[in-house]
Amino acid sequence: MADAEIIPLGTRGRPGRGTGADKPSANSRNLAGGPAPRRTGASRVGTEEVHVPRSRTPVEPDGARTVPGGSAEPTRQPSPTSGERVDEQSQPIEPDAPTAISTRTPVTTDHRHPGRGIPPVEWLSAFTGAAKELFGERWEPRLAEFLAFLRRRLTGDFVVDDYGFDQEITQQFLLAALRPIAEKWFRVELRGTENLPAEGGALVVSNHSGTLPLDGLMTAVSIQERTGRFLRPLGADLVFRLPLVGDLARKGGATLACIEDAERMLRDGELVGVWPEGFKGIGKPFSERYKLQRFGRGGFVSAAIRTGVPIVPVSVVGAEEIYPLVGNIPSLARLLGIPYLPITPFFPLLGPLGLIPLPSKWLIEFGEPIRTDEYDEGSADDPMLVFNVTDQVRESIQQTLYSLLMQRKSVFS
Amino acid sequence: MGQVVLVTGVAGDLGRRFAAQLSGAQEIDRVIGIDVIPPRGDLAKADFVRADIRNPVIAKVIVRERVDTVVHTSVAATPAAAGGRTSMKELNVIGTMQLLAACQQAPDLRKLVVKSSAAVYGASNRDPAMFTEGMNAKRLPSGGYAKDVTEVESYTRGFARRRPDVAVTTLRIANVIGPRIVSAMSGYFRMPVIPTVLGFNPRLQFVHEQDALDVLQHATVSETTGTFNIAGDGVITLAQAVRRLGRPSLPLPGFAVPAFGSAIRQTRVADFSPEQVAFLTFGRGLDTTRMREMLGFEPGYTTAQAFADFADSVSPGLLAHDRVRATEKALVGVLTSGGGHRG
Repeated sequence: MADAEIIPLGTRGRPGRGTGADKPSANSRNLAGGPAPRRTGASRVGTEEVHVPRSRTPVEPDGARTVPGGSAEPTRQPSPTSGERVDEQSQPIEPDAPTAISTRTPVTTDHRHPGRGIPPVEWLSAFTGAAKELFGERWEPRLAEFLAFLRRRLTGDFVVDDYGFDQEITQQFLLAALRPIAEKWFRVELRGTENLPAEGGALVVSNHSGTLPLDGLMTAVSIQERTGRFLRPLGADLVFRLPLVGDLARKGGATLACIEDAERMLRDGELVGVWPEGFKGIGKPFSERYKLQRFGRGGFVSAAIRTGVPIVPVSVVGAEEIYPLVGNIPSLARLLGIPYLPITPFFPLLGPLGLIPLPSKWLIEFGEPIRTDEYDEGSADDPMLVFNVTDQVRESIQQTLYSLLMQRKSVFS
Repeated sequence: MGQVVLVTGVAGDLGRRFAAQLSGAQEIDRVIGIDVIPPRGDLAKADFVRADIRNPVIAKVIVRERVDTVVHTSVAATPAAAGGRTSMKELNVIGTMQLLAACQQAPDLRKLVVKSSAAVYGASNRDPAMFTEGMNAKRLPSGGYAKDVTEVESYTRGFARRRPDVAVTTLRIANVIGPRIVSAMSGYFRMPVIPTVLGFNPRLQFVHEQDALDVLQHATVSETTGTFNIAGDGVITLAQAVRRLGRPSLPLPGFAVPAFGSAIRQTRVADFSPEQVAFLTFGRGLDTTRMREMLGFEPGYTTAQAFADFADSVSPGLLAHDRVRATEKALVGVLTSGGGHRG
């Protein structure tokens, strides 16, 4: 490799930085109280202006000093050697600086103020460049839109519906942040999205798994992507007790899982999502994966019957493997007031890193809708009918889960 | 022959203005306002009788004046308004009991309107998004205003059972707000820095003060009976409300709020009772279908409009709407014209 091609990187071995040399740096030698500097630097003036240009000159290592094998990594290997040389030359400067100052008129370093030298026009062009980068060619209207958006958020000039659903923030931030996770991390594959009604109320009933309710989020993202409709999840009361989580949930369109809210939303023609297994499903041990738990008391079925909306069974495969729950600390969970305290192979062990979900491959299948409009409203109070429909939904989801598991080649692909 | 109306609690702002407004109404012959202290403002054509509803004298007033309608507006919301929690409870609960006992003995009485409050529903994380009149609080209030209101309502229901010939209307009014009203909510939003509970963004519903007066009048003259939620359309969140005022908020972690609240209460600037804190944590929504369909009342202001009317009366804060808009305009102007130069 020709010497001319060597590109100087790093600090060029100036004192004060770790250079990778076999000798300790000047700073560490000073700290360790090592021997006095070898040369007096009276002839050299310890200012930045003097040795900055030197350090910037690409120093070519002489062949004799080149470490064997240097040709393999030409850009990295010469640095220590050349650094060493610069080190030797400029090394005494710092310790002897006081002497230099005492004998000669001090040469002060001019610190450039970053703003002074750059004219406003340059700032502006830098900014427009950044804006072009961020918003594309038609950046002017889009920048104006963005500023208007900021202004609306800052002055509270936006609307939320009766449940606290903030469509703007959901679309621009929450779903936008979750979409790459669905597409790139879990590689969600959707089936049967034609079973989701394009308009009118419907009850989306899904299995629940994964220690944290990511399956709900991914289902909501997928539904919004395919149909443009917002899934309105029904969450446990715990969600609304937690700070930040409850606020975000309401902003994202969730409300409390209770008969009143479910019926109100379904009457308003919303796409309502329920996870009837609740904490029993999401917090079940890894050994029981893909075994549906009891479906609550079937309240969701009576809400659907009373409002006459179809029930769309959803089966999510893949969510069970994101945080394999291998243990639980019930006593501590009770103390914290949460239903379970998960132990996964990574969670308390790796700390926050353990919160990264495993990148399992997800399959979400929307099953054929179960119609409830042929029952009259009074039959919502018939427990036998409600149990039967609940079982029908449960069976449908369980069977689809099994068939999806058969189709899946492996957990992660 | 019009109605003769007795209005309790006219020393309060809402009660006084209601009596004054009602005295101008066509259907009303006479309005008698009573309270223990004289009202601080104009009562228009209404008469003032200084009497205590905790005293049996009230029965004599009702019988002698041939009162046929009683509007009970004197349920105090804050201890500060009643001079301490003990006297607040006495005024609210014992006062209502005495008033209802007097009403039971009044042969001419035809109608009773009780101004209750949405506080009866409490506020918790187990609340449905919208309360209908048939629902109860998910957590029974342990004390304070919410408990008073619950007891007042239960006494009212007892009265309705014992006097089926009297039409009883209970109005559960959401937080009243407006440029002139002095209430716990208006005091809260007039603080220079608005404390909030960290991580919570409750949904709030407001009734404009004029709507509150109108609905009381509507209930007084109409024949409808029952319990009704009264609230403006829509909800706004607390963060939205604070930003619309342009004031900074001070998010406090949940555990620090009770201590902070009792400190604030000492100053009497705003009320931070436990139920107020719960309200500012979880919020509350009221379903107003019955108000529209059965009571036949349509509020003139939505929640957002009522709050905007209130916000106009408050000196704008640092991030006032005008300033933000001006900054935005300036930014857009500079940036787009600068970009234009460069082509």
